[in-house]
Amino acid sequence: MRAVGHIAVNVFKESVRDKVLYSIVAFAVMLIAVSYLLGQLTAGQDLKIIKDLGLASIATFGLLIAVFIGIGLVWKEVERRSIYGLLTKPIRRWEFILGKYAGLMLTLLVNVSVMTAAFYAVLAYQGWGVDALARQAWPAPPMDPALLAAIALIFVELMLVTAIALFFSTFSSPFLSAVLTLGLWVIGHFNADLRNFENVLESRAAAWLARGLYYVLPNFDAFDIKAQVVHGQHVAASYIGLSMLYGAVYMALVLTGAVAIFARRDFK
Amino acid sequence: MRTALALVILLAAAVGLQAVREQQAPLASPTTENLLYVRSPEFMTRAALSYDLLLADVYWIRAVQHFGQTKLSKTQGKQYDLLLPLLDLATSLDPRFNIAYRFGAIFLAEDYPGGAGRPDHAIALLQKGLEQQPGKWEFAQDIGFVHYWWRKDYSEAAEWFTRAGEMPGAPNWLPALAAVTLAQGGNRESSRRLWQELLNSADAEWITTQARLRLSQLDAMDQIDTLERVVGLYAQRAGSPPRTWLDLVRAGYLRGLPVDPERYEYQLNPTSGAVTLAERSPLNPLPSREQPRR
Repeated sequence: MRAVGHIAVNVFKESVRDKVLYSIVAFAVMLIAVSYLLGQLTAGQDLKIIKDLGLASIATFGLLIAVFIGIGLVWKEVERRSIYGLLTKPIRRWEFILGKYAGLMLTLLVNVSVMTAAFYAVLAYQGWGVDALARQAWPAPPMDPALLAAIALIFVELMLVTAIALFFSTFSSPFLSAVLTLGLWVIGHFNADLRNFENVLESRAAAWLARGLYYVLPNFDAFDIKAQVVHGQHVAASYIGLSMLYGAVYMALVLTGAVAIFARRDFK
Repeated sequence: MRTALALVILLAAAVGLQAVREQQAPLASPTTENLLYVRSPEFMTRAALSYDLLLADVYWIRAVQHFGQTKLSKTQGKQYDLLLPLLDLATSLDPRFNIAYRFGAIFLAEDYPGGAGRPDHAIALLQKGLEQQPGKWEFAQDIGFVHYWWRKDYSEAAEWFTRAGEMPGAPNWLPALAAVTLAQGGNRESSRRLWQELLNSADAEWITTQARLRLSQLDAMDQIDTLERVVGLYAQRAGSPPRTWLDLVRAGYLRGLPVDPERYEYQLNPTSGAVTLAERSPLNPLPSREQPRR
């Protein structure tokens, strides 16, 4: 397991050196800050807009980092031919894959934390000096800790997206990996519709296929509690826990697939 | 040092050019303002993926801007045709977007040209909100309000105020308001009471602004009634209506030039003796004069 740690730290260091990553995070932080101005454009909904835009920024920029760094993790090593040197060292292939994944997770965690800090700073500024009567109109306080639950689930979603990107990058080009990962992410958000296909399909076989796909494909909607949190609705801890468990199991599945494919690759 | 100098020179050049550009006549704006590419809430809800809340905000901001721009536009026959589709999209993408229902209903119900003049659409929007949140007494109160203020259907208004009053968490003045509405529907005093209650319980700035505006309008209507009575009295005694307010001041009927609650001078029609608000007064347009007088 020490090898996993070493690889992870190296991936993190490499990410930190990557200036593009800084640009992405800086842009996200800027967008979150600008949401304060955007909120002034509307009538009485500034807090809601700041929360919506802040959570969407964290999800979107996290997704960009997950996909566009995730797809290059293995491919870069193969392209630079550094994989040959790496595999001659006492590193097992599964350790290599898990190390790469853990490194990107660490990078994502730091980035999401920075974005979250910026988000809370804007919310604190928004809530500062507001009188008690106006506060009563808010469905949830500005510095609502429930927002952290939404961000935690966004992070779980990003972990799953990274695992999928890494999976595709073990056997295909970066472009194809990006298309396939983003495609799966989009389909994963339509997942609930697959379940209801039997109501509109006449063919029983097609309905069963749709139902099967519903269970097999990742359900990204399971990680989306933004609406509930922004409107101050209670989200049961059991829902959050089950979604996290679902994410963890699916990640394990995808990473096992990635390890299995990578283990069979011939680099001669 | 040279680089810094170059940067300063280039920045100065950019600022200078921007200042020159500002002096130029603007390009003719393309006629895209009344375009809405997607009108289907069903499609948009699906296509939004996990960005439904953000898109709802975008459509809400567009609705506010569309309303504001159209309201301020001097164009003849201006249309609020995007208002309902934009509000429908915003509330479909975020079914708990309470302000879009409540504020949107005011945009829709407001008499044309100050608003869309469609209280029926306002009621439909609020009923959509009630379907999403059946216990939301504010929506039921707002429906009663649209019936009261814009449709002048006082029995329907009283029914909705009663229904709102029966919902959990509703303020205790709603049943009383329903009774007053039913007994003295349209009476200016009951209108005043309605807006005063709303002002007292306002938890959002836009409700306070609306309530203050309406109360000022009711005050202005009372003042116009008084002024028209004075003008009539002068005409009876002098044999012809006054030509200006100064005639009334000189005759001792008024102590000074009459101004509305926003400090704009009232306009006097010397032929008919009718008194109206100044064209620039923010109290325009006054609610329909069909509102029964005191």
